Amino acid sequence: MNNTLTLSRRSFLKVTSLAGGGLMLGFHATAAGDLLTDAAELFEPNAYVKISAEGVITILAPNPELGQGVRTTLPMIVAEELDVDWNTIAIEQTPLNTKLYERQVAGGSGAVRSSWDSFRKGGAAARQMLLEAAAKKWNVNVSECRTDKGFVLHPGSGKKASYGELASTAATLEIPKEIKLKDPADYKIIGTRQRSVDNKGIITGKAKYGFDIKREGMLYAMLARPTFGKKLKSFDDKAARAVIGVKNVVQHGSSIAVLATSTWAAKKGRDALKIEWEDEAPLESTSDYTHAFAKMIQQRSDAPKRNDGDVDQAFAGAAKILETTFEAPFLPHAPMEPMCYFADVRDDAADLFGPSQTPARTRSDVARAIGLAEDKITVGMSHQGGGFGRRLQADYSVEAAMVSKLAKAPVLVLWTREDDMQGGFYRPAGLYKYRAAISANKELIGWHMNAAATNTGNAARENSFPAGAVPNFRVDSHNHQSKITVGAWRAPNHNFIAYTEESFIDEIAHELGKDPVAFRLELLERARKNPTGSVGYDVDKYIGVVKLAAEMGNWGKQGVNGIYKGFGAHYSFGTYVAQVADVSVIGNKIKVHKIYAAVDCGRVINPLGAEKQLEGGIIDGLGHALYGELTFDKGVVNQKNFNSYKMIRIQDTPDIEVRFIQSDAHPQGLGEPGLPPTGAAVANAIFAATGKRLKKQPFDLRVDIG
Amino acid sequence: MASFTLNINNRNYTIEADPRMPLLWAIRDLVGLTGTKFGCGIAQCGACTIHLNGNPVRSCSLPVSAAANQKITTIEGLSEDNSHPVQQAWIQEQVPQCGYCQSGQIMAAAALISRIPNPTDKDIDAAMQGLICRCGTYTRIRKAIKTAASLSTTKASNQ
Ligand code: FES
Ligand code: FES
Repeated sequence: MNNTLTLSRRSFLKVTSLAGGGLMLGFHATAAGDLLTDAAELFEPNAYVKISAEGVITILAPNPELGQGVRTTLPMIVAEELDVDWNTIAIEQTPLNTKLYERQVAGGSGAVRSSWDSFRKGGAAARQMLLEAAAKKWNVNVSECRTDKGFVLHPGSGKKASYGELASTAATLEIPKEIKLKDPADYKIIGTRQRSVDNKGIITGKAKYGFDIKREGMLYAMLARPTFGKKLKSFDDKAARAVIGVKNVVQHGSSIAVLATSTWAAKKGRDALKIEWEDEAPLESTSDYTHAFAKMIQQRSDAPKRNDGDVDQAFAGAAKILETTFEAPFLPHAPMEPMCYFADVRDDAADLFGPSQTPARTRSDVARAIGLAEDKITVGMSHQGGGFGRRLQADYSVEAAMVSKLAKAPVLVLWTREDDMQGGFYRPAGLYKYRAAISANKELIGWHMNAAATNTGNAARENSFPAGAVPNFRVDSHNHQSKITVGAWRAPNHNFIAYTEESFIDEIAHELGKDPVAFRLELLERARKNPTGSVGYDVDKYIGVVKLAAEMGNWGKQGVNGIYKGFGAHYSFGTYVAQVADVSVIGNKIKVHKIYAAVDCGRVINPLGAEKQLEGGIIDGLGHALYGELTFDKGVVNQKNFNSYKMIRIQDTPDIEVRFIQSDAHPQGLGEPGLPPTGAAVANAIFAATGKRLKKQPFDLRVDIG
Repeated sequence: MASFTLNINNRNYTIEADPRMPLLWAIRDLVGLTGTKFGCGIAQCGACTIHLNGNPVRSCSLPVSAAANQKITTIEGLSEDNSHPVQQAWIQEQVPQCGYCQSGQIMAAAALISRIPNPTDKDIDAAMQGLICRCGTYTRIRKAIKTAASLSTTKASNQ
């Protein structure tokens, strides 16, 4: 592959200087029309494309990449409309530039679905200008010209010019007011399997992550931080300062940073600090919050999240009531690369660099903390060793900036795994109670969900299926306030709620003596023909994935060769996913053999990348359902590293088969939607195998679950 | 502090270090080769896997003093031109997502196929179960190891 990726300081300065200059006419740019003096050198019509007179075609990749493939997918969209040969272009990661780009965020599975139009227009506008440049040069009508893989052709005269040859002329033209997009029937790149542009750097060890940052005069820093509910009382840094290589010790709030010439010296120094902590709040243990949840879900909330019909009447008149409560533990994000960040804060300016899912938030939070205007702060993006939501927070970048400011030195703050596990913004723990009212003629007439979770404004996803299909439907949510910090964790709320909803639907189907897939289809038909309240999903798309997954997974045959099947489906981030799990259980041992996934995410840009996102999401969903659990003892995390915090490994990984529904619809999210259905599909298969309903993650068949 | 000579990727580096400094940090901070990664520091994730005299070793848990004057290979030295069958297979099967764990995965896989040219699924489980990939690339890792095995047998029979 000829793709190259550069994160050079030079190109960074180039882009930022252009942003003030005027040739960068991004569709969200402020300045327009002014020409730069060096315009002849470079055709740079907007924030997505650069073409040099030498013929180098560069596509700019503005979004943070953390393994979800955006540095490949987004440029594919530009390349398609620009009409270039994908294998000859360069891709360049841009730094943060909120004037040029609308959404440099890795979160909410939103890169493609929110920026689909901007990226297409970016490529199309450049192509249109190159066509006009050729027409001008050849003195022909632009409508007689066409493009083909980096060239403009004039079939009438047989003239042909490369984009590079036309760059200097194109650079003098006005940005077109109307931009014509390609007919999708003509797509040559979108919809094809393209390899990740990052892989070459990764397999050679050359890709630079946050941990790999090295700058002139930089010191490595590690911090001692208080556990939840504690604050700093006093500390003695004599022994820390005596460690060879330690250069400085600074206090930032209740944390103490040790700065040194190597990671090892920083760690030794940090560990040599003598610190006295004191309580600032009650110290919470796991049993405290689980009891609090249990109390909360006995009550109704004052303002239900959804309230269709009259659940009280439905339950009063029910022939049978089912009730099940599910328990979710806290989960750390545990990205493979622990938190880290580089900051060089000076009196009048600051440079930040490193992994972040929201560089814009990083900059604004840092600006506030260090007291500098945002335009004095640059933010560059490194490779990132995963994020899963953890790097949506700016705690670690603000901390690095403060340490740099206090120590008056460029610093790379590194977290050990223990620091990372204990300093998290976790997936909230929670408790979710479901009740179903069944009528005498075996209809599901009432559904009541009552949820409680830590520091979560809405612990529910009230419009998820089967909302809309049940005449009396109520959702209550309670927020348990805690010192334990929480945050978005891959597919927030969905990541656990899909398992609870879909397990409960399975339970109801069995109670009614109905096949679980047929029962879902029956409810979906009800949502279509006789909906109650709003229906927050597209019934046809939902049915489409349910049917396809059932077909892929040979639904209907249980126990063949000891394999039992379970079903789970969920709609999130615009995408419909249904899964069948093949599971066997021997004794208490759960073995997942295969997961079949049917997906409707609208148009698929890069089927190879899309498959990988599904595979990753499924393994994530499975791994955490089987193993993930973070518990607390007086504010202290019990699982501090991978010896006590269990993660899924290769020997537990099933085969995975993914199929996408063919679609021309607007592309939707893929980073998260693969995860939610997996826990349910596996739990329902375990029920089919054993008759036991698992009501708690991580799954444990040893506990008595009645 | 003491002086050590590290032979990494067929080059000698003389460094001054605390003898108990883990080899990982000596390679990364003192020698400046950052392809070898830190994930846990306690031999639980494999991100720091290197070869010591051809054997896969967790560099986070080996003091630098124990590695002096031995043959160390890191991801940067696995091949001159990305031509190692495992690297080729990793591209062919498009294994990486975030990529952070992959140096370690590749080094462990390279050690496996040099020991067992045609590993079974059980061999793969045994050799790779000490490594974590948080992005969940395991199905592709398994496939790529098999691809690498077939690439290296073809290569061997062509020579
Ligand atoms: S960093 Fe060495 S095994 Fe995890
Ligand atoms: S590819 Fe991200 S941890 Fe393995």
